[in-house]
Amino acid sequence: MSALLEIRNVETYYDLIYALRGVSLTIETGRITTILGNNGAGKSTILKTVMGLIDDQPDKGEIHFAGQRIDGRDTEWIMRRGISFVPEGREVFEELSVRENLLLGAYTRRDRRAIQADMEWIFGLFPVLKERTHQWAGTLSGGEQQMLAIGRALMSRPKMLLLDEPSLGLSPLLVKEIFAIIETINAKGVTILLVEQNARMALSVAHEGLILENGRFVLQGSSATLQADKNVQEFYLGMHSEAAVKGYQRWKRKRAWR
Amino acid sequence: MLDFLQMILSGIAVGSSYALMGMAMVLIYKTSEVPNFAQGEMGLLCAYFTYMLLDGFGVALEIAIPLTLAVAFALGAVLEFAVLRRAKNPSVLSMIVITIGMEMVLLGLVSWKFGADQKTLPFPISPYDSVALGDIYISSLELLTLGIALMLMIGLFIFLRTTRLGMAMKATQQNFNAAKLMGIRTHRIMMLTWGISAVVGCIAALLIAPTIMHPYMMWDPLLKGFAAAVMGGMTSLPGAIAAAYLLGIIENLFGGYVSIEFKAVVAFAIIVLILCVKPSGLFARHYVKKV
Repeated sequence: MSALLEIRNVETYYDLIYALRGVSLTIETGRITTILGNNGAGKSTILKTVMGLIDDQPDKGEIHFAGQRIDGRDTEWIMRRGISFVPEGREVFEELSVRENLLLGAYTRRDRRAIQADMEWIFGLFPVLKERTHQWAGTLSGGEQQMLAIGRALMSRPKMLLLDEPSLGLSPLLVKEIFAIIETINAKGVTILLVEQNARMALSVAHEGLILENGRFVLQGSSATLQADKNVQEFYLGMHSEAAVKGYQRWKRKRAWR
Repeated sequence: MLDFLQMILSGIAVGSSYALMGMAMVLIYKTSEVPNFAQGEMGLLCAYFTYMLLDGFGVALEIAIPLTLAVAFALGAVLEFAVLRRAKNPSVLSMIVITIGMEMVLLGLVSWKFGADQKTLPFPISPYDSVALGDIYISSLELLTLGIALMLMIGLFIFLRTTRLGMAMKATQQNFNAAKLMGIRTHRIMMLTWGISAVVGCIAALLIAPTIMHPYMMWDPLLKGFAAAVMGGMTSLPGAIAAAYLLGIIENLFGGYVSIEFKAVVAFAIIVLILCVKPSGLFARHYVKKV
């Protein structure tokens, strides 16, 4: 096993806002890694920084992918190294058909036949998309758009897939379906970095997890370790360590990441 | 009845040049989200370039026209690369000011180099020849304009529909960041769009130049083209084209039946009316773009 993505001491600013305060992360080939954290912790910022979507950032630090330094490069260049990103809020091309969206996912490829085969594979994963092939992507439901966004990202045959809150706004049943598909994709050899609010679901599929608070990683470990951690249980999984006698809890657990 | 038909036909002919300008503006608006007020002067410069080649250097027309179109493409691409892209996080307002600035520079350049007096472009088809279609007449230049406009529209339509590059252009227009995530080199697509748009504008100017040629010749077509683009919803090519023809026809009918003095103004009265009834334009798409 070797490190596919390596982030070293990355610091990112949004103008004056100090969003990432020195983040380091190593992801090995073939793993599912999840980053958990509250709103505004900087989860999405990590992914956007990796993809080069924030102008002139990262301010400090280095990002390496498959042995190449990728920070400070154009998004399209980074993407062509083999990283696909499914942005938060789908971002499909609304006035293009489902088919055209998928074809654009394969924009960097020239092998027509293989593209067609991959499209069939995507339709196998998401049968709904097949029914909607010629419909404008903007007319799809939120869940269908999410599926399309994932399918589109896979069409470039990436080495690594970055997912930004794939469960956002989906029904619990659909969330389960999406996570099952994430596991299927991973079994095909795609390394996955998953950013999630839904900690329970994320930890159930991930091999490893990291907790991000205020732009710093505070805890890192295998999924099992994280699930067993008292703090994680309290703050991210919504479990209570002691039963409240009066039916409600009067005290608050302090955050102490040690 | 004959008058009526004649006016409609002239309206369609006039509408063709508006449609070309409108198309050029919509193309740029969709990718750069700025109404390009330099569009007319970009065409103007190209028309004078042809004039220089034909009149000054005695180049044959068959060589001068392709050369001009190539220069037009380069001009559009260079303006995007050198001027518009340099603006960091620009607001719409500052982008508009940039295009107006470009317009003034180009206009100044032409006035300084060629002077403000009327020129005649040595064009093989004189604007005074005409073709009879039954009992109604159309000048052969107008017929040419109409034909070229239609050909360009169909060509552009096919290009956007069927080619990989066309699809990449549409993707860039709809969602810039997502297009980057697909590996589309969006900056090149922007330059390409400006280039294509400049060529369309240049063709419009070349077709107007045989009739009138002075530094302000593109003002009227630009404003009418812009009006048509706004009426069509600013983001729809078919919308802009339809609105341009509508505008041409209404303008001519108004000139014929109501008042010839106010003919030039009627277009803007129509815009005001239409935008009161349908604020997003006649053909605005259902999926309104995010802010």
